[in-house]
Amino acid sequence: MSRRAKTAVYGVLCLLALPFLFPTWWMVTSSLKPVADVFAFPPTLWPADVSFDAYAKAFELQPFARQYFNSMYIAALVTVGTLAVASLAGYAFARIRFRGANAWFVVILVGLLIPSEVTIVPLFKMFDAWGMVDTHWPLILVPIFGAPSVLATFIMRQFFLALPGELEEAAKVDGLGRFAIFRLIALPLARPALGAVAIFTFLHSWNLYLEPIVFLSSSEMFTLPQALTQFVDAYGGPMWDIQLSAASLTALPVLVVFVIAQRQFIEGLAHTGLKG
Amino acid sequence: MSTRFWTGSRRDTLAGYLFIAPQLLGSLLFVFVPLGLVFWYSLHEWNVLADTFTFVGGENYQALADDPKLADALVATGFFSAGLVVLNLSLALLLAVLLNQRLRGTVFFRTVFFSPVVVSLVAWTIVWNFLLQDNGGINGLLETVGVDGPNWLRGEGTAMIAVIVVQVVKNVGLNMVLFLAALQGVPANLYEAATVDGASRRRQFLSITVPMISPTILLTSIITVVGSLQVFAQIAVLTQGGPGTSTTVLVYYLYQQAFQFHHFGYGATLSVLLFVIVLLLTLVQWRMRRKWVFHES
Repeated sequence: MSRRAKTAVYGVLCLLALPFLFPTWWMVTSSLKPVADVFAFPPTLWPADVSFDAYAKAFELQPFARQYFNSMYIAALVTVGTLAVASLAGYAFARIRFRGANAWFVVILVGLLIPSEVTIVPLFKMFDAWGMVDTHWPLILVPIFGAPSVLATFIMRQFFLALPGELEEAAKVDGLGRFAIFRLIALPLARPALGAVAIFTFLHSWNLYLEPIVFLSSSEMFTLPQALTQFVDAYGGPMWDIQLSAASLTALPVLVVFVIAQRQFIEGLAHTGLKG
Repeated sequence: MSTRFWTGSRRDTLAGYLFIAPQLLGSLLFVFVPLGLVFWYSLHEWNVLADTFTFVGGENYQALADDPKLADALVATGFFSAGLVVLNLSLALLLAVLLNQRLRGTVFFRTVFFSPVVVSLVAWTIVWNFLLQDNGGINGLLETVGVDGPNWLRGEGTAMIAVIVVQVVKNVGLNMVLFLAALQGVPANLYEAATVDGASRRRQFLSITVPMISPTILLTSIITVVGSLQVFAQIAVLTQGGPGTSTTVLVYYLYQQAFQFHHFGYGATLSVLLFVIVLLLTLVQWRMRRKWVFHES
């Protein structure tokens, strides 16, 4: 590539990178500004004097630590549950020959076309009837079996289809049972696919917003996305400094993990199943 | 031994069903039963506050046809989905092509473009809400170069565009990564042969790259279209459906009807409509794949 072409590509990349980088920068720096400076003109790219007041207030106004814990443990449970459900089903659809397998696979795939936005009204009535409104059960159970888990099952099936089966055949000859083969041989080999599914699933749960605001009503049960939008003044206007500090606390840990492990993250997602 | 009951194939059948049982039963309980109930509820007038649940047949569907706000919601949904899908896929492809060049620093830019994907959706939206305020960061930056920016989220013309851009920047990295993987799978000798034959880079892109990665384009477009119909949090945080009803997309309207106005029957009817739209758009894309998706063999 010529020198000029290279410069042009870098120029375009840098320009395009702005809307991806600037919001995060602006979120963190603004959260550190005293509230009076948040809308100061001209905009200051670095806070003149750093203040952590907004961070302290986030924990005073809401049980923010509790809400943080809620989001973390729900996402963790959903991830583990989805990995279990999807790897079992994906393995069976790829490896076990049984009557009706294809038909059931199609039935389950149809679930991809039924996002929980479609079924939110009956889901609310069901969980209401079971006394589970304002508990975390709907946020745990629905994703483990709903559309995101169907996608996970599909990814796992594609992965197992592409995986050479000799090891498993050998284990079968040695008299190992189906579950033992799955657990001891197939699953350890499926680590890249499991990683990709885990990332997808965790982020999906971490991002949920409609479900929490429909199902949860008491602030100590809230998840982070819902809590962030609750930092409002008496007129419903956002308390910007606090929203931004709480948003920073929500976004930065995952972002840091991502930057450290970005290669595994991106290549895991890119090379797993979704291609087939 | 051929008379024993637990033959290999019976064992496999039992194992197969045991393996898929959690997913199957879970889907039944949390996906298919609710889907059936959505249809059932849509035939009822159900006011939660008044505690009434009466069979009204097709009345909700008649109301659907007569609802002037529904037309607005469908227009908003169509505008949002079309804008999002076109912008997302073309930007994702552009970024993937740029990052597929042999250049230093592509890993850095790949990380940058992907990073919003891992930022909590509501946190991301809150920052943009802050940036897009009339006196916010974007207009502040514009003003330093002498441009008087509009009140993005309160203008009929700009609100929807702002919502689309916020969502594209949030998620384009995912499609970019899938395209990048597909581009890296295109055999280099195809390009070499084309270069020998004197094909321009543009010609090569249209005649080699696009057909070779068309299965990925199909997959990403299906995922992006379905995803675009589910948009909710961005609308709730940025515009609350306004100004007027210009950003009241179908899911947001459904939420308002069911959970703010407590019209569960009508909300269920809107859910049926949403389901039909998702189904139709997916079927159309799947059908059209024969026309343009390239398959080896």
